[in-house]
Order: sequence, then structure tokens, then C-alpha cells
Amino acid sequence: MPTPILRKERLIPGKTSKLVLHAPEIAAKARPGHFVMLRMSPEGERIPLTIADTDASRGEITIVYLVLGKSTALLEALEAGDSILDVCGPLGRPTKIEKVGTVICVGGGTGIAAMHHIAKGHARAGNHVVAVIGAREKSLLLFEKELMGFVNELVVCTDDGSYGRKGLVTEPLKERLEAGGVGEVVAVGPVPMMAAVAEVTRPFGVATTVSLNPIMVDGIGMCGACRVSVGGKTKFACVDGPEFDGHQVDFPELRRRLAAFREQEAESYDRYRKEQPHGN
Amino acid sequence: MATEASAKKVAPRVEMPCQPPAERRHNFKEVALGYNGDMAATEASRCLQCKRPTCVRGCPVEVPIRDFIREVAAGNVERAYEIIRTANSLPAVCGRVCPQENQCEGKCILKAKGEAIAIGRLERFVADTHLAACAAAPDSCPSETSETQAKGRVACIGSGPASLTCAGICAAAGLEVDVYEALHESGGVLVYGIPAFRLPKDVVAAEIAGLRELGVRFHLNHVGGRTVDVADLRKDHDAVFIGVGAGLPIFLGVPGENLVGVFSANEYLTRINLGRGYDFPEHDTPPFPGRHVTVFGAGNVAMDAARTALRMGAESVHIVYRRTRAEMPARAEEIEHAAEEGVEFALLSAPLRFNGDEQLRLTSVTLQKMELGEPDASGRRRPVPVEGAVEDLETDLAIVALGTRSNPILLDATPDLARTERGYIEADPETGETSIPNVFAGGDIVTGAATVILAMGAGRKAAQEIVRRLGGK
Ligand SMILES: Cc1cc2nc3c(=O)[nH]c(=O)nc-3n(C[C@H](O)[C@H](O)[C@H](O)COP(=O)(O)OP(=O)(O)OC[C@H]3O[C@@H](n4cnc5c(N)ncnc54)[C@H](O)[C@@H]3O)c2cc1C
Ligand SMILES: Cc1cc2nc3c(=O)[nH]c(=O)nc-3n(C[C@H](O)[C@H](O)[C@H](O)COP(=O)(O)OP(=O)(O)OC[C@H]3O[C@@H](n4cnc5c(N)ncnc54)[C@H](O)[C@@H]3O)c2cc1C
Ligand code: SF4
Ligand code: FES
Repeated sequence: MPTPILRKERLIPGKTSKLVLHAPEIAAKARPGHFVMLRMSPEGERIPLTIADTDASRGEITIVYLVLGKSTALLEALEAGDSILDVCGPLGRPTKIEKVGTVICVGGGTGIAAMHHIAKGHARAGNHVVAVIGAREKSLLLFEKELMGFVNELVVCTDDGSYGRKGLVTEPLKERLEAGGVGEVVAVGPVPMMAAVAEVTRPFGVATTVSLNPIMVDGIGMCGACRVSVGGKTKFACVDGPEFDGHQVDFPELRRRLAAFREQEAESYDRYRKEQPHGN
Repeated sequence: MATEASAKKVAPRVEMPCQPPAERRHNFKEVALGYNGDMAATEASRCLQCKRPTCVRGCPVEVPIRDFIREVAAGNVERAYEIIRTANSLPAVCGRVCPQENQCEGKCILKAKGEAIAIGRLERFVADTHLAACAAAPDSCPSETSETQAKGRVACIGSGPASLTCAGICAAAGLEVDVYEALHESGGVLVYGIPAFRLPKDVVAAEIAGLRELGVRFHLNHVGGRTVDVADLRKDHDAVFIGVGAGLPIFLGVPGENLVGVFSANEYLTRINLGRGYDFPEHDTPPFPGRHVTVFGAGNVAMDAARTALRMGAESVHIVYRRTRAEMPARAEEIEHAAEEGVEFALLSAPLRFNGDEQLRLTSVTLQKMELGEPDASGRRRPVPVEGAVEDLETDLAIVALGTRSNPILLDATPDLARTERGYIEADPETGETSIPNVFAGGDIVTGAATVILAMGAGRKAAQEIVRRLGGK
């Protein structure tokens, strides 16, 4: 069903935008951790994006995406007032949110948006929420303002030191863990970041949840494209996840599987860019 | 009845023209080309018009086979269509994919004498002729009208053959019908699984368009148990039919199964059929290229995957199966077609592990040679490993076609729905009703992976009960 875009905010021009969609049926059911499958054109691919926020009373859901290839470029070409051809969801298992005391939510890049919805859930459940967010440089940082609205502590890192602390998110994370009293760590972001977070928390024995982003085709458990190895067992991220115990995930396998279609994706994107009058 | 058969000398069956193997292994156009009017009339006139036709007993939805064949022989194709439609709402589909040799044709009296009547091919001819006439002059094809006074609303979850049949019968009886489908196209396995060279997508689309004309509303991208719950649907519908199929793919459980290059048949076929991967990059869903392809399993799904891989440009395609050709569960015609096209059979072989390179990309599969041992409980001789007989087969694309289990999404969201030991929905064999009143289920989600016609039969049974409860006949 075509789903209207109510608002569009260019967070990082040409790279990352936030869209607010009118999807009352999905908004009514969506919980933190859920995602949707979208298709932009009749010839298009179904791709998964996390539901970054919802407003059930207004029938709205929010998505935030990073332009990586053709499908996300097609999405970026849409404006408020346009419609997305198909939006299917909510899918996946909602985040397990329990009262555990202090929760550190680590977000990297576009993952900050998804992390933000989970952090909000933890704050609502009465947890003390520490947000640690990172980006390559200041202009690529997302959702700082939104997070400030409800988290108890906020730590910002940039790789180049252009804003906040210089360095990776794992450093303040380690310091905070050393201070003790942490009940859970949640990490959403690029695969290497989530893998690094899991290694930092492992010696502390703190429960660590990661939100995995394998390639998906249907998103409803029928194809097995999204399978990941967790604790030596095969899991389907779309129905068993996408959140898993970070200490059990086979990250190298996930990285290889994400690269399975690299050549075709590049071919698709190159063709698309050549067809654009202005190029981008 | 034997006398009916011996009365005449049996003429040979009219062959179905096909695209030549060397040509068709490079395209997705339909393999079997269908009868023309003369061929159909000649084949139909072989029918003995038995007083007590045995063929019908082999048909799960009891198409009045003898009667429609009589009309074909007389050249009344539109009348033949009406007769078929009294029992079967997707005849163009069934004429192509039903395992006729085990069903109607398997029970035809002429089978013993020579060759059974080509009932499936005649059914396909009748449906295709009707659909072509409708496409040429839409006004001349009125949609069915209701003779009953049923009143109410019905929701069908899923849009495979089970739900489509249920929806069609309910709508024809005057009920308002909503179909909720998780994917962006309706048709179930008919669109995402069975490839176009066996079942062209426009044939499925035409039969679905017929349902739209009857007033059936399709809600695509709606997941039962997620976007809409059974409990919600029961509030504004008088009856709910669940036909969500059995989609969760089974893997082999051998090492190396998550290497890049190992796919479930569902994923491989969905990328190519639903995503139109055969038309990449005009369509965006990428297919996975394979030069040396291995397919594990020997049912229809395996044959479809193997033949698809050939068409996608593979240099070699092997079906790996632990028994022999005689035990393969696929339709005989599909096995023959696959062999003609160049699919090779690695029989009495079972995978031990998949091997990959340092990029974790699949390079080969290690196979254990088998031999047939003593018969097991099912009476089939059990394959047993031949000690020490192990070999590697080069492969960069492995497709696992071992079957499916029930998909958990809707079931987990509907805890009060009773299930069988095997995890399928429990339904009354007579009515299809589940443990929740006025909630019915049928098709693969009740039986486990089966056939199009059995799914349709289940949809029909439930629809008849729903129509009866809502005041119709
Ligand atoms: C549960 C889940 C939630 C996600 N949430 C977000 C989100 O909130 N914001 C966001 O920017 N991204 C998110 N992603 C990743 C997003 O789906 C991909 O970036 C997107 O599919 C890329 O499509 P493309 O055609 O633009 O790029 P492509 O050129 O097709 O691919 C670029 C890269 O994206 C990944 N990718 C490609 N196809 C898929 C696919 N079908 N499914 C998943 N990954 C794929 C691969 O790593 C690939 O290398 C999520 C992924 C998952 C599984
Ligand atoms: C590759 C392949 C080849 C086959 N070849 C043959 C053949 O030649 N002859 C034959 O008779 N049979 C064949 N079969 C088997 C046959 O297709 C199935 O038995 C039949 O389609 C089952 O019908 P169904 O209506 O129960 O389910 P399906 O056809 O599986 O349809 C179920 C539908 O429900 C949707 N769905 C699932 N979950 C949900 C949900 N929670 N909410 C909403 N929608 C949902 C699915 O997306 C799907 O569209 C083949 C199967 C495959 C996979
Ligand atoms: S199809 Fe075969 S069994 Fe059926 S009526 Fe004709 S001859 Fe008799
Ligand atoms: S995306 Fe198909 S099973 Fe998860």
C-alpha cells in the first residue's frame, strides 16, 4: 500500500534523512526494535529499515536511513507529499526491555536512530540510561538533541575530534563499565562497532544486546537470507531477532554474508547514477 | 467398466508441443506450449465418456471431468469452462502444475489400456482459451453472480491457492471478502516459488484479476499476526480463513551451511521470481550467479531450482539426492524436462559438509556415497552410507530444497490456536474450522508442504462451510 511521506528532514544532506510516514496500522503495533520492509518502485528490491520512532495517536512512524546503494538513493529522491510504494510491518521481535538499573546504549552512524528508539523504551521503563554515540565527524552525528530529551547521561565521540571526545565509542564505554553498576549494554551501528562493543563488555560479563542488519529478502521468515550464527546455532534475524546476545554472535560470518552481492549492488547503483540527469 | 475400455481400440495421446530443450534452457518462456483447438478436440474425443467415471475420484476437488471433456470434443469450449469453474477456481494454474499422473489421469480407465486422457492439458486449454477471449473482449465475460443470500464479511490471511479459492467461493456467494497478504504480490507459491517457465505470471495474474472483479479486496504488505491480528479481524469479520502456507525453509544442518553461496530454494526462487531477478539489473533484486550449481533434494522445488539455475547461465547443474531416480518425489514430467535440458543427477549421494575459501565463499561440497539398504517402516529402501566412499564436488552455488516447516509469525501471535504435534494448525477435516470458532485454516499450514490442488480443496471446504453458516447454500 502506498504510504505517504508527511515530513522529511535532511539530517546529513544527500546521505541521511529522517522521514515521518503516515502508517496508522503499523504505528499502532510498532514497539522499539521493530523494523519495516520497503519497496520504492515496481521494479524495486524489498529492503529493511528500523522503525526509529512512532506516534500511535497520530498514526505516524519515523525511519532514518543512510544512502548506500540504489534502493536508499531512490528513497532519498522522494520528498514530503510523495508516497513510498510498499511499507510492510512491523517486523522482528521487539526489544526486551526490563528494569535493570543502568543501561548503556551505544550508537554509531545511522544506528544512533535505531538505538534512540530502544533507549527511549529503557528510559520509559525507569532505567538510568547512558547514551554513548559516535560518528566520523561532527556533521555526521545524529539525534543528539532527541537523546538529550530523555537520557540521564550523554557522551559524544568523533573519530577526528571535531566534536565531543576524540576517539571511538568503546573508550568511554570501557570507562563507564569500570565504574561499575551497569545492568545491560545495547549497541546498534556498523558491524565492526558492534563486534568491538561486545569484546569490550565480555570481560565485565555484562549482558550485551546487538541489533543485526543482515541482508533480508522477505522479512517474514520464508527465505533464510537473513540467517546468522548465534552461539553456534543458525537463527533467522527477521523472526528470531534482529536483536541478539552480542557475546554469541559470529560477526566475521555476518560481515562476509553482507558482502555476498557486492558486485551486483555496485552495478545497480552505477547504472542508477548514470541515468540521473545531475548525477550525485 | 473394463468393457467400456475394451470396446474401442485406444488411439495414442495427442502430444503437447514444447519449446526445444536447447532453446528453452536459455529463456524463462513457458516450456509446454499448450494444445490448439484441433489437438484439444482430438484428445477429448479419445475419452470414453464412462458412465461411472473413475477419473473424478482422483481429483481432490471433483471437477466434472467427463462432462467438460464432452464439451471440448464438441467444440463448446466456453461451456466446458463453466463446468470446470463449478469446482475449480484456478483451472489455468491447475492444468499446468497438478500432479495429474497421480490424480485424475492416474485413475482414468484408459491408463491400463494405453495412455490416460490428457486431462490436465485439456483443462489448461479450456482455461487459456477462456482467458484469451476475456482479454480480447472483457465485456463478454460477466463475473459470476450469487444465487445464494449469504451476508457477511470474511477475511483470508495469505493469498496462496488455499486463500484464493476460499475468497473466490465466498465472494461468488455474495460475501464481502478481504485478503491480507504479507508480500507485495498475491498468489503465494504460485508467484514466488513456481518459475515462469512452468507457470507464467500473467496466467496467475489473470485468475487473480477475476477475483478482483468478484469484489475481493486485496490488502498487500499486511502480515497476519503483525499488521493485523486474528483477534482484530474477528471483530469486524464474521469468519477468518488462515492460508499462510508453510514457508520456513529447512536447512541440512551440516557444517559450512552459512557460507556465501549456500541458499534455501525459497530465497533463490524468490529473488528470481517475485523479485524478477532474471531481469536484473532492469529489476533491482540481484540473483546470485553460479557456475557450478548443486541442488539438494528431489521434489518439484528442487527441479524448479535446478532448471532456473540453468536458465540463469550455469555451466553445470547437479541434483544431489541420497536415493535413486525411482524414488524422486517430483512429477515425472518435471524430472524428464530437467534431464532434457541438461540437469545432471548425482544420485545415492548425501552432503557431509560445505567447503569455502578464506572469503567464506562456497567452493565445493563433500558428498558421502550411499547405497540402498533394508526397507524402512515406510517400505522404502533406506539409503545407508558406503563406508569410506567420500568425494568432493566443485560448486559455487548450493541450493537447499529439502522442504519447509510452519512459519511461526502468525502462530506465535495467536496462542489460542491449537496446533498439531508437528507444529501445524489443527483443523477439522470436514469443515476446516480451528480451535477458535469461525476461524478456519487450510493448505500447507494444516497439512505441511503438499500440492496446489489440495490447498484449493481445503479452501473450498472451508468456504462452503462459511457460506452455509452465513445464510447461503
Ligand atoms: C533489521 C534491519 C534494520 C535496518 N535498519 C536500518 C536503518 O534504520 N537505517 C539504515 O540506514 N539502514 C538500515 N538497515 C540496512 C539497510 O537495510 C541497507 O542499508 C539497505 O538495504 C541498503 O540498500 P541499498 O539498495 O541502498 O544498497 P545496496 O547497494 O543494495 O547495499 C549496500 C549495503 O547494504 C547492505 N544490504 C543490501 N541489501 C540489503 C538488504 N536487502 N537487507 C539488508 N541489508 C542489505 C549490504 O551490506 C550492502 O553491502 C537495516 C537492516 C536490517 C536487516
Ligand atoms: C518451488 C515450488 C514448486 C512447487 N511445484 C508444485 C507443483 O508443480 N504442483 C503442485 O501441486 N504443487 C507444487 N508446489 C506446492 C504448492 O505450491 C503448495 O502446496 C501450495 O502453494 C500451498 O498453498 P497455500 O495456499 O497453502 O500456501 P502458499 O502458496 O504458500 O501461500 C501462502 C501465502 O501466505 C502468505 N503469508 C505467509 N505468512 C503470512 C502472514 N503471517 N500474513 C499474511 N500472509 C502470509 C505468503 O506470503 C504466501 O503468499 C510447489 C511448491 C514450491 C515451493
Ligand atoms: S477421462 Fe478417462 S475415466 Fe474419465 S470419463 Fe474419460 S475415459 Fe473415463
Ligand atoms: S529475510 Fe527471509 S527469512 Fe529473514
